[in-house]
Amino acid sequence: MTTVQVPVPESTSSECMGFDGLVQLISRDGQRTVGCPYWELVADVDAAQLRDLFRDMAVVRRLDAEAMALQRQGELALWAPLQGQEAAQVGSARALRDDDFVVPSYREHGVAYCRGVDPVDLLHLWRGTALSGWDPADYNLATPAIVVGSQALHATGYALGVTLDGAGSAVITYFGDGASSEGDVAEALCFAASYSVPVVFFCQNNQWAISEPVRVQTHTSIAGRGRGYGIPGIEVDGNDVLAVLAATRLALSRARAGQGPTLVEAVTYRMGPHTTSDDPTRYRTRAEEEAWRAKDPLVRLDALLRAEGLADAGFEDGVEVAAQDAATALRAGCLALRDPEPAALFDHVYAGAHPLLDEERAGYADYLATFDDPGDARDAHNANERGS
Amino acid sequence: MPAATMSLGKALNAGLRGAMERDPKVVLLGEDIGKLGGVFRVTEGLQRDFGDRRVIDTPLAESGVIGTAVGLAMRGYRPVCEIQFDGFVYPAFDQIVSQLAKLRYRTNGRVAMPVTIRIPFGGGIGAVEHHSESPEAYFAHTAGLRVVSPSNPADGHRMIMQAIESDDPVVFFEPKRRYWDKGVVDVAAPGSEPLHRARVLAEGSDVTVVAYGAMVATALDAAAIAHEEGTSLEVIDLRSLSPIDFDTVEASVRKTGRLVVAHEAPAFCGLGAEIAARISERCFYVLESPVRRVGAFATPYPPSRLEGHYLPDADRVLHEVDRSLAG
Repeated sequence: MTTVQVPVPESTSSECMGFDGLVQLISRDGQRTVGCPYWELVADVDAAQLRDLFRDMAVVRRLDAEAMALQRQGELALWAPLQGQEAAQVGSARALRDDDFVVPSYREHGVAYCRGVDPVDLLHLWRGTALSGWDPADYNLATPAIVVGSQALHATGYALGVTLDGAGSAVITYFGDGASSEGDVAEALCFAASYSVPVVFFCQNNQWAISEPVRVQTHTSIAGRGRGYGIPGIEVDGNDVLAVLAATRLALSRARAGQGPTLVEAVTYRMGPHTTSDDPTRYRTRAEEEAWRAKDPLVRLDALLRAEGLADAGFEDGVEVAAQDAATALRAGCLALRDPEPAALFDHVYAGAHPLLDEERAGYADYLATFDDPGDARDAHNANERGS
Repeated sequence: MPAATMSLGKALNAGLRGAMERDPKVVLLGEDIGKLGGVFRVTEGLQRDFGDRRVIDTPLAESGVIGTAVGLAMRGYRPVCEIQFDGFVYPAFDQIVSQLAKLRYRTNGRVAMPVTIRIPFGGGIGAVEHHSESPEAYFAHTAGLRVVSPSNPADGHRMIMQAIESDDPVVFFEPKRRYWDKGVVDVAAPGSEPLHRARVLAEGSDVTVVAYGAMVATALDAAAIAHEEGTSLEVIDLRSLSPIDFDTVEASVRKTGRLVVAHEAPAFCGLGAEIAARISERCFYVLESPVRRVGAFATPYPPSRLEGHYLPDADRVLHEVDRSLAG
């Protein structure tokens, strides 16, 4: 196995520390930092790949905006927007191999996009047509976890399985600054360190757990939380896609080389609300939002592309068309998602026979059959719920 | 190997061994299950024979044990977790009820969770607090789980292998005060009854008594005493707590017309409440008296010097039998 010779951050040289004291490869005005050894980890990223990263981020942002609009128009029950976190998600997901396994939380739409999931399949959960929309085996991507932090243990157990199989792949799990306080994350760090399994803990610190600022969770860095378990941490600028790509590659290479888990903290910002039900004006200032807007991950990469003459009008038009096409397909796909049949209630609770469930399934079918139109039963119920 | 007499603990050990021999994806996770063989020695010798990659001593964190088992199941493994004592399962509650129980449903059947959770449960051994509880109703209330409890060595041996073979998660409650009780086990021919099937252990005609786990032996004691007094009890070992084999219970109640349900767990919102409701629905017109329940009081588990008053014994079962007959 090859090991990457770049040190993890305790010993990272100051050349990597950008304007926020984080590992940065692209400065705020779109210049490449000089002298940072993390550049070795992304030395292969050429002009075409840089443009691809920008296109991914732009498409993901446009999809996210379209989903927000669909919720506002009543087509989705809820949406958890990712705007502002595109670099953290695309940069980390593009570091993965196909045989790596991803265990997300619920906001990783950009990660799912990079894994090849049809964005329409993301919407089942939010429209209420199914609890998830894809087969994890098809994309090596688990379905969303809404009980925050629970998934970190699943990733650790999966990584233990990878070790027992003698496979050379890695596992990455995503969670937020809020989830970092959960006992399950602490237990996952403990178990992963104890077993020395190939898992990357990728925390998107987007500064806010609904209304709670990150200082409610911790007075120190989240990346530093791993140290007590013997897990190195990397605190990276989560709005710098190249820095995120480099840090995640480093963590993954450690995992594959049998060096155990790494905790990556991508410092980023949730530019929008927690979900469509949230109202950030109640708890944070416009000045703060503007300050972070200046660090927008797309603006940053766009500045680099422009500074290096890699973004001409043709490229930018192409990105715009790709983003708009994706949004159009998402809207059409969303509107085509139909309610499941009532009998689907009883499907997939158990693998084997179950007398109680069989009895209830048959009983409810008989009940529905008493209506001329089985849809009437549900409509009557919904009317009652509305008090009409 | 011919049928042999062995304790419930040894029978469970033999069942675990059989499951591990049959399927290399079966791995054991738990605290002190390796060299020590578990605090009740149920996993004794398994790490020695199968290695520390299949019998894994975990850090002391129950949510971590179950949560990592969920991840192993996602990877294609068939984990068997030991929770050291009943009162220690609560830190794992989210991983059991929100993750393990629901993942098949949450993934439209795309992800199976063939995980077994072994939990020594119940009182009667004079233990300190948190070591004598009967939390089965919490889990029976959760869709997606199967919940079972063997009462004797032969069932223990068969049922642990069936639980591990099941593609559904199974919470497997082991009646700890019966670990040392012996019975005949045919390791080579464990039987093939469905895991959810109840069993009539003693036929009778006056009152049906339903019990499970450690209370089965108590119910049989009660039947022996009642027999001397001229009352004929039919004793049913429920064996599966979710789903419940109501057909077997109903058939018995149609014969006796009377039912007493006995368990160590508090009677309030216990399994007995569900059984009473279902049997009342099914058998209302053949019931000669209300369904009676014998369970623990609505108190926390008491200091062990009081557990003789807290745990139903044969006399308390017979007291409810008398009330049933008088009703």
